[in-house]
Amino acid sequence: MNGLRKTYGDKVAVDEITLSVHEGEIFGILGPNGAGKSTTVESIAGLRVGDRGRIRVHGIDPWTDRAALTEVLGVQLQEAKLQAKITVQEALELWSAFYADPEPWAPLAERLGLGTHLRQRFENLSGGQQQRLSVALALIGRPRVVVLDELTTGLDPRARREVWDLVRDVRDRGVTVLLVTHSMEEAQALCDRIAIVDAGRIRALDTPAGLIDAASAATITTFETSVAVDLTSLRELDGVTAAHSENGTVTVEGGEGVALALIEALRTQGVTPLRLRVAAGSLDAAYLDLTDTSPDTHAMEALR
Amino acid sequence: MTSPTVAVIRTESRLFARERLSLFWVVLFPSLLLGVLGLIPSFREDSADLGGRSMIDLYVPVTVLLSMIMAAIMTMPPTLTGYRESGVLRRLGTTPARPASILLGQVLVHAVAVAASSVIVTALGRLVFATPLPESLVGYVVAYVLALAVSLGIGSAITAVSPNAKAGQVIGMVVFFPSMFTAGVYVPVEVLSGTARDIISFTPYGAASNALNDAASGAFPQLVDLAVMGGWAVVLYLIAVRAFRWE
Repeated sequence: MNGLRKTYGDKVAVDEITLSVHEGEIFGILGPNGAGKSTTVESIAGLRVGDRGRIRVHGIDPWTDRAALTEVLGVQLQEAKLQAKITVQEALELWSAFYADPEPWAPLAERLGLGTHLRQRFENLSGGQQQRLSVALALIGRPRVVVLDELTTGLDPRARREVWDLVRDVRDRGVTVLLVTHSMEEAQALCDRIAIVDAGRIRALDTPAGLIDAASAATITTFETSVAVDLTSLRELDGVTAAHSENGTVTVEGGEGVALALIEALRTQGVTPLRLRVAAGSLDAAYLDLTDTSPDTHAMEALR
Repeated sequence: MTSPTVAVIRTESRLFARERLSLFWVVLFPSLLLGVLGLIPSFREDSADLGGRSMIDLYVPVTVLLSMIMAAIMTMPPTLTGYRESGVLRRLGTTPARPASILLGQVLVHAVAVAASSVIVTALGRLVFATPLPESLVGYVVAYVLALAVSLGIGSAITAVSPNAKAGQVIGMVVFFPSMFTAGVYVPVEVLSGTARDIISFTPYGAASNALNDAASGAFPQLVDLAVMGGWAVVLYLIAVRAFRWE
């Protein structure tokens, strides 16, 4: 995708997004609501035509050759429902009829936990079941690329993990997955690479680990202590971005290597840290760093 | 016709069979109305004022038009605006099936339901109230097909110009009552004369009513009535095609 731009009236939904997704990877597009995620994937799916830019999916132009695109791209859209009175089985059979060589729907339904709901009407399914049916329909045509928009919204934790396993399976079969989400946990668990999008622009593009490392809180070190600690001197340590104390627990955030420097500093201060824990920062911190209201400096750093 | 299109049409027929309310209004209600009116003794008497026909004779084509109004204005537009609003059309647009196939499916299903309703109404009139069958069969078929085309045109235009399902209902209601009146549901058009009749004859259902009545009593429908229906159909389909949006 090259320089995609799309405006609705005065509002710029997508502003010069350029990215390339490698074959066989799970690529995440992460961002807050209204960031332009859905517009981006709808442009890839050929449902919208950008004002500027160029998109190719396995060499196919989605804006001029939608018929060819539908053979290689499976799409699960956010908030797109089916006919209220269609049953699960009818929907699966209908979608099977669309493709020359469809995946057998029965095992697919079984894997997505829909095996016992085949006779149920769409309107009577729970949100999670509707979501899983939608995923099944996106996969039925054996696509080479599948777009999953807000995949696990409304699923309980167990169902989420099952759907995640399915997505990994799909990737392991060589299918490229484009995953749109606002769930950090989901992006971290599934994606090989992530683009963080905000206000129609890409703020960062890296592996989950890379994004976390680039964030101001790549590692979080906590310890307890009974004596007072000089927080100011800790904040001055190389790489430390924040240090605060609460109820005798001190938390120090910073880049890699902060933990060692911290222990050194505590020894010179004569403080013995108890219950010392060093944890990797989460994608949450990276995400908040990148999508906050004045993102430019952080974003530029992360882009390098 | 490709096989995805056939599959979509088959699914839409199944789904329509589950819409009991639609089936009632389109297929049963016109017959029910004819049956109730037939219970009025004076309606069954031939009258010199009506050219030797009875009121119930006149109500057979009226109830035929009634089923078209029910299908095209009351049930089809809400279904299609609903499909658009809930993303069914958008979702279908990402598959090899063309989303237009679902529109085609809905039009076909409603046309078949109307045809079934017409057969039932005509048979009911013939068997129970001894109403005559159309004397000019060719003329009747021509008038019928045009009336059905213009009805589905009205429904398509309502669907196309409605920004959402709510607006569709309001527009549908606004069109519904004049349609009922001009089709002669309240008073058969044949009973009216003078300026009122002339004005009604320029509406789609007024012209349809004239044409069906002419054919019923043995004459080929007047060209002006056929032309009025054809003209409306062209205008309505142009509006529908130009204004329609997929989302």
